[in-house]
Amino acid sequence: MNKSPVRPNPDQLLKQLDLENQKSLRGKLKIFFGSSAGVGKTCAMLNAAHTLHKEHVHVLVGVIETHGRSETALRAQGLPSLPLKEILYRGKKLKEFDIDEALRSHPTVILVDELAHSNVEGSRHKKRWQDVEELLSSGIDVYTTVNVQHIESLNDIVAQITGVKVQETIPDSVFDLADEVVLIDLPPEELLQRLDEGRIYIPEQAQKASKHFFRKGNLIALRELALRRTADRVDAQMQEYRQDQAIQHVWQANERILVGIGPSKAFESLIRTAARLAQNMKADWLVVYVETPALQNISMASRKQITELLRLAQSLGATTANLSGDSVTHKLVEYAQSHNVSRIVIGKPTRSILSRFFHPSVSDELAKVVSDIDVHIVMRGREKAVKGSKARPGLDMRAHFSDEKKKGYVWALIISAITSLVASVLLPYFELANIIMLYLLGVMLISIRYGRGPGIASSFLSVSIFDFFFVPPRFSFTVADTQYLLTFAIMLSVALVISNLTSSLRKQAIVANYRERRSLALYEVGKELASALTTGHIVEVSTHHVAKIFNSKVAILTPDANEQLEVAQTNESSNAALQETTLLDVDLGIAQWTYDRQQQSGLGTDTLPSSKILYIPLKAPMRTRGVLAISPENNHDIYLPEHRQLLDTFASQIGLALERKHYVEIARDAVISMETERLRNSLLSAISHDLRTPLTSIIATTEQLKETISARTHAFKMLTGLHDQAIRMQNLVLNLLDMARLQSGTVKLNSEWHLLEEIVGSAINGLQTTLQQHRVVVTPMEDIPLLYVDAILIERVLSNLLDNACKYSDAGTTITISAKQQGGQVSVTFSDEGQGLPPGMETSIFQKFTRGKTESTIPGVGLGLSICKAIIEAHGGKIWADKNEKNGTTFTFTLPVKTPPTVSEMEI
Amino acid sequence: MSESPKGNIVVVEDEEQIRRLVTIILEGEQFNVFAAENGKRGLVEIGTRKPEIAIVDLGLPDMSGVELIKEVRTWSSIPIIVLSARSNEHDKVSALDAGADDYITKPFGSEELLARIRAHLRRHHSVQQSNSQSSITFGNITVDFVKRQVYRDGQPVSLTPIEYRLMTVLLRSAGCVLTQRHLLKEVWGPSYIEHTHYLRIYMGHLRNKLEEDPAQPKHFLTEIAVGYRLVL
Repeated sequence: MNKSPVRPNPDQLLKQLDLENQKSLRGKLKIFFGSSAGVGKTCAMLNAAHTLHKEHVHVLVGVIETHGRSETALRAQGLPSLPLKEILYRGKKLKEFDIDEALRSHPTVILVDELAHSNVEGSRHKKRWQDVEELLSSGIDVYTTVNVQHIESLNDIVAQITGVKVQETIPDSVFDLADEVVLIDLPPEELLQRLDEGRIYIPEQAQKASKHFFRKGNLIALRELALRRTADRVDAQMQEYRQDQAIQHVWQANERILVGIGPSKAFESLIRTAARLAQNMKADWLVVYVETPALQNISMASRKQITELLRLAQSLGATTANLSGDSVTHKLVEYAQSHNVSRIVIGKPTRSILSRFFHPSVSDELAKVVSDIDVHIVMRGREKAVKGSKARPGLDMRAHFSDEKKKGYVWALIISAITSLVASVLLPYFELANIIMLYLLGVMLISIRYGRGPGIASSFLSVSIFDFFFVPPRFSFTVADTQYLLTFAIMLSVALVISNLTSSLRKQAIVANYRERRSLALYEVGKELASALTTGHIVEVSTHHVAKIFNSKVAILTPDANEQLEVAQTNESSNAALQETTLLDVDLGIAQWTYDRQQQSGLGTDTLPSSKILYIPLKAPMRTRGVLAISPENNHDIYLPEHRQLLDTFASQIGLALERKHYVEIARDAVISMETERLRNSLLSAISHDLRTPLTSIIATTEQLKETISARTHAFKMLTGLHDQAIRMQNLVLNLLDMARLQSGTVKLNSEWHLLEEIVGSAINGLQTTLQQHRVVVTPMEDIPLLYVDAILIERVLSNLLDNACKYSDAGTTITISAKQQGGQVSVTFSDEGQGLPPGMETSIFQKFTRGKTESTIPGVGLGLSICKAIIEAHGGKIWADKNEKNGTTFTFTLPVKTPPTVSEMEI
Repeated sequence: MSESPKGNIVVVEDEEQIRRLVTIILEGEQFNVFAAENGKRGLVEIGTRKPEIAIVDLGLPDMSGVELIKEVRTWSSIPIIVLSARSNEHDKVSALDAGADDYITKPFGSEELLARIRAHLRRHHSVQQSNSQSSITFGNITVDFVKRQVYRDGQPVSLTPIEYRLMTVLLRSAGCVLTQRHLLKEVWGPSYIEHTHYLRIYMGHLRNKLEEDPAQPKHFLTEIAVGYRLVL
């Protein structure tokens, strides 16, 4: 039955690789799994620990629940164990597993009994399995125990079997992602025997237990469940193995299941069923709640129900979403199609066929609309009467308008009375048929103002009053003419239709109004954030709006340069209104955790749920930009799904605004530095141009004049002096410009590969007139490799050093330039036979405006050497001066040698 | 013959001081100087005065000196000397690539300017007179074009084909500054114009073989960051 050659889905392989990577970094989780208490899980775990301990593995007992069994306690002896932390809860001291200490001592393996245990309020996590999660992610291996009834998806089945519902559960994903599961199996007979012997519970407890839970039938069923669940896991492992080894005769397209839920406790079993279905099919599953305009008015209790249902689905491994649309059916189908869903699971309708004829249920509609998606209709559990929930909970408006309604019924009475009064006045002049119209008008007015209930009441009232007062025989309910019965029927149905129509119009108007308020709030925040330019302003705008909408205190935290969060300051800290809404007692530790993990924490989340503050990371496309801390007056304000959605939207808006501000700042800095650079360059070139042009004239003119007059005249000497001074000034200008350029902080080296010899030659050539009085000796430089330098700058160094050597040594002496390669450096030395440096000046000579002798006849301001130093250091070299043994000074600079490019021996 | 002018020179320079200065220097040497203060006027002068040489400033108010040089090169081969500021090596290179023969850096002395002008006039005349010399001698070096052999102090020097070609390219435009780009293209081919290190190494070879003191060359001069010039 081989189909066309199948190829592993690359996405799936990547995902698997990712998962395996994650697994290898994480610690390993080993679960000792049993069908009920007393099968010996804890003992098996302790035995395993003892074996490890003997092998000198660092084992630590984190927490062991002995349930008062001496046998277990005895077995735990001899193992190092962690002291329990005492937590004060409602005046009682309770002992709890100490996760911080466990993380600090970082053992190789830690024993944490009873994975499903719920932590005492005030602990870091709500559940112990979350503690274990954290231990695993920090690389510690964990041994733990689980009973079958604690697995989330089996929870309700166990409850059906035993009649005892367990509150403490672990998500299936924790069980499925465990690295090892050891099934501790014990036949029911033996278990019962152990119970009788008092090895499971202390005697009086055992009596009670054997009556309720430890019945043989229960134990057999539980044992079967545990075996089956383990078998499922083994099967899943087998399949994973096949995927790994690319053994894949059966490789179906990935199934995806969509579950639609409503605001009712009954959907809980639907979710559990879907979870089992998804697991059996190895399918992804999505749970969505579609909020229609009608559903927006449901009661608080129902809203909380939805949040809980979605959370349950998440803990069972589903992806959840809150959608909003006009029609549940259409939204479901649209979502299913856009997410490649192959199956839709919905609950069986609970209403009668007749009522479904008028208002088709979602399942009826789906069956009509969908053609390519399987629709599973699942029995819902019996609906326990959740307060305020009805077959169509959307119609329940009592909670919102009860006061209004009472008034509505009174008004229905009053209006009917007024209508009757008017009608009795008009009766002599009008037909009875027209009187009916008056009553209909009254019904319509009541419906518009007070909705459906008073409208219907007013309809019946109108018909009765009409019958009593106006239909002959008057002042009696009896009717003489039977045709009036038809009149009544039509009058009643018209009145009912009118009241129904007007009231639903009214309800839609209210819903629209509510939606408008929501989008208006978003719009306003968006608009103001868009115009905010500073962090302070963004914080001010967001704090103000979020505080107002959610009726809470708010703080926004932003990271500093070291990624440490701090409370962002607003521009006007004096603003009293803002002060009032600003949250002051933010826990920076939790906020930092939220920021680092990019996960919500605090109030109503999985991490530190007992905190009074909810921390939401401000995620932006590039990274998280901060944390929003919100402390609501009333917790309901942020528990409701649509409020939560709105809050998330706000958070991402603020994140975006912060990110935008970040990039605006970067752009502005770049513009400023570009502008500074441009300004400096234009200033420099202006100065250099304006100084050089007159200097050129002076120098060239004096040269020209000297040609024309005799060398012996007084004027000639003056001209020579003028010429020399002009040259001096020209050098000064050059040096100043160089210095300014080098000082700008961004020396851009225009490096290329050069021969040192060429640069030396060029420098000597440029100083020919200055060097006329001296002899320059250059030692051969054939062995010096190509250097990667900015030749113009290095030429400046050489020129300055040569010029210096000339200035400070007598005419006729020799200047020697030599170079040699030492290790990764080339060092170049300039040796003169001059006066030498005054002692102690060897380093200070390189500072700006420092000269060997302060008052000297030799021209110069002491910039030359500091320029040399700046240039050489920009190249990654060093420069220094030494006194010669005999006389004179030696200047040495080094340049790093890099690997020159190869030259192919191409000879044509 | 001191009264008869040596020839016409066109000076294109917007800066009045420099323009006047150059005019005075050149008129002192008996040249007929035609000064223009902008590029358009300069083109007209060069076109109508039949100058021996043109001196062009790179920063002109109406057009860039480089554009002017390109324009002139479409119809004339007269020597062109560029006036430029010191730090603008890039401008110098683009002017030379556009067809200028030499550059002189501001501030400059009158001696320097006149020496350059004389050298270019001499070269220009000699090229026109004898295009087909069989050999050339400069300093203690003789190049025999027929035998493709180079002698130093009468002793044959063995050059590799690339070295020989590099030298002939330099010789053909002796006295002019040749850009690195130009030399690489002529000697190694267009695909080598980025490989400046080839040029450095082979120029080093030439100097080692032909110069007395390679670090203080007399003929094979380096114009740092611009190019090379062979001085006869």
